[in-house]
Amino acid sequence: MLADKDRIFTNLYGYQSYGLDAAKKRGDWDGTKQILEKGIDWIIGEMKASGLRGRGGAGFPTGLKWSFMPKESDGRPQYLVVNADEGEPGTCKDREIMRHDPHKLIEGCLVAGFAMRACAAYIYIRGEFVHEADVLDAAIEEAYADGLIGDNACGMGYKFDVYVHRGAGAYICGEETALIESLEGKKGQPRLKPPFPANVGLYGCPSTVNNVESIAVAPTILRRGGAWFAGLGRENNTGTKLFCISGHVNNPCNVEEEMGIPLKELIEKHAGGVRGGWDNLLAIIPGGSSVHMLPKSICDTVLMDFDSLRAEGSGLGTAAVIVMDKSTDLVRAIARLSAFYAHESCGQCTPCREGTGWMSRIMQRMVTGEAEMEEIDMLLDVTRKVEGHTICALGDAAAWPIQGLFRHFRPEVEQRILNYKKSRNAA
Amino acid sequence: MNISVRNAEKFEFTAENMTWAEGQMAKYPPSRKQSAVMPLLTRAQEQNNGWVSITVMEYVADLLGMPYIRVQEVASFYTMYNLKPVGKHVIEVCTTTPCWLRGSDDVVAACKDELGIGFGETTADGEFTLLEVECAGACVNAPVIAYKKEYYEDLDNDSTRKFIKAIKSGDVPLPGPQTTDRHKSAPQGGPTTLKEFCAVQGGQE
Repeated sequence: MLADKDRIFTNLYGYQSYGLDAAKKRGDWDGTKQILEKGIDWIIGEMKASGLRGRGGAGFPTGLKWSFMPKESDGRPQYLVVNADEGEPGTCKDREIMRHDPHKLIEGCLVAGFAMRACAAYIYIRGEFVHEADVLDAAIEEAYADGLIGDNACGMGYKFDVYVHRGAGAYICGEETALIESLEGKKGQPRLKPPFPANVGLYGCPSTVNNVESIAVAPTILRRGGAWFAGLGRENNTGTKLFCISGHVNNPCNVEEEMGIPLKELIEKHAGGVRGGWDNLLAIIPGGSSVHMLPKSICDTVLMDFDSLRAEGSGLGTAAVIVMDKSTDLVRAIARLSAFYAHESCGQCTPCREGTGWMSRIMQRMVTGEAEMEEIDMLLDVTRKVEGHTICALGDAAAWPIQGLFRHFRPEVEQRILNYKKSRNAA
Repeated sequence: MNISVRNAEKFEFTAENMTWAEGQMAKYPPSRKQSAVMPLLTRAQEQNNGWVSITVMEYVADLLGMPYIRVQEVASFYTMYNLKPVGKHVIEVCTTTPCWLRGSDDVVAACKDELGIGFGETTADGEFTLLEVECAGACVNAPVIAYKKEYYEDLDNDSTRKFIKAIKSGDVPLPGPQTTDRHKSAPQGGPTTLKEFCAVQGGQE
């Protein structure tokens, strides 16, 4: 188990104040100026050395992403955009950072913004997080008043602003280019890439979009050194991670753990185990609703990191662990996710707009078994026709849970269809 | 959602809201005022009894120098804008899978029973509107209701009834976990990590 001294988010549960004084006692804003004085190359070098991979789901190396920003300005300003549009079902970690440890995020904005030569950071927070946005606003006020950010951030002669931008309810705005569109005051519909945001992003200017957790861990990494972070977890899957454990466990919770912790250990140590014991486990969605579910046999041994879960055909995603015990109607659980994606499709690409609704309707019928056997293959065929044929990954995200269900539990759905037919014939 | 109707009367921001709106616009480059459309619509909705009419949209459009259709697009794209009148108390119940696994069906049943209305409906006295929402992003505290600016968490049938009865009697229930012995998103019964640290009390919020 990760030692407390290696935990970054010491106020994860909000037992202490989020305010600046308390945050400084926890080690935030300690020597920030000295970090900046070491220069951009040093910061990016340490971030690369830490092995940090983006915490928003895709797992792209953060240091590398920062290095994509133009080194010579062509006159356009450059922006850091923080993705706080947390909405992937199962995920609730960024909320805790923003309401309990906002100064980690603000300090992270400064060092990340500095490293990418940005003039400002916009934190795009989902509109439902009203309280969290209010806390963040208050913390930003404190940082301005203390000279940590603003016209002369940390006395570095560097002007850096941090703004909170509140969304208004759209899962799709968690996609980076949809988020940028929304930040520009438009519908949140993803853009085609290329051009990538690092060249043409917010207001047509070079921009980098990072997840809240990726930014919030940066100051601690820079203070303790990339090697410290890289020493946790295993190669290519380093550091600590916030896990959200929800569903059929005795004590659902958020917890910061070392990357690569066995899934079973994570649940038994922190969430009080599966309801009714480990043998009562049916399946787990290990990384937020978009990834393939895993049956118990895989959950017994799988490690919680990018590569281990990918090897099992799933993914770490946002590390939101959704646990389902044997009482669960898995078909209904996935059908509800299909309804979610149908609701959240932005409507721009035909395969997703039409496909998510179609998949959701078929899944509704699978719940009762009111379907033909050959419709299973047709449904899977449609998922593959949506997957990879849309501008953004929402189409993929809608396809994968269904594929995961049939990959591991196809006989159960077939039995349901047979039972339905039998009951109809008997009637 | 359906096309909303026009307000009978004119809409304009109160002086206080106008000052606030100008502060919002100042966050963005001068030629990019449009960026403020979402926060302005949100504030306008609050001032307009919880919904955004065409009149409101046109007012915000004029303020930001945007074509009306662009504001209507935004208002109809994002789910937090109500395009028709709502009750004084809007109860939003999350029913996405993580909440469903923890019993959101019971929470929904309690809401419907206590209020006598279904999703998308408003009580005849105009007091309550019940809405179904997609993942609220508080899944380890499921099931969740969003009300006013806060989340009410770890609900079951009984605590949901208690919550609605409290609102009916004019109280504002305390947000957060509605169960005993739970602090925010820590495990019930106390944290498994950072125990020394968590013993230091004094959280403000």
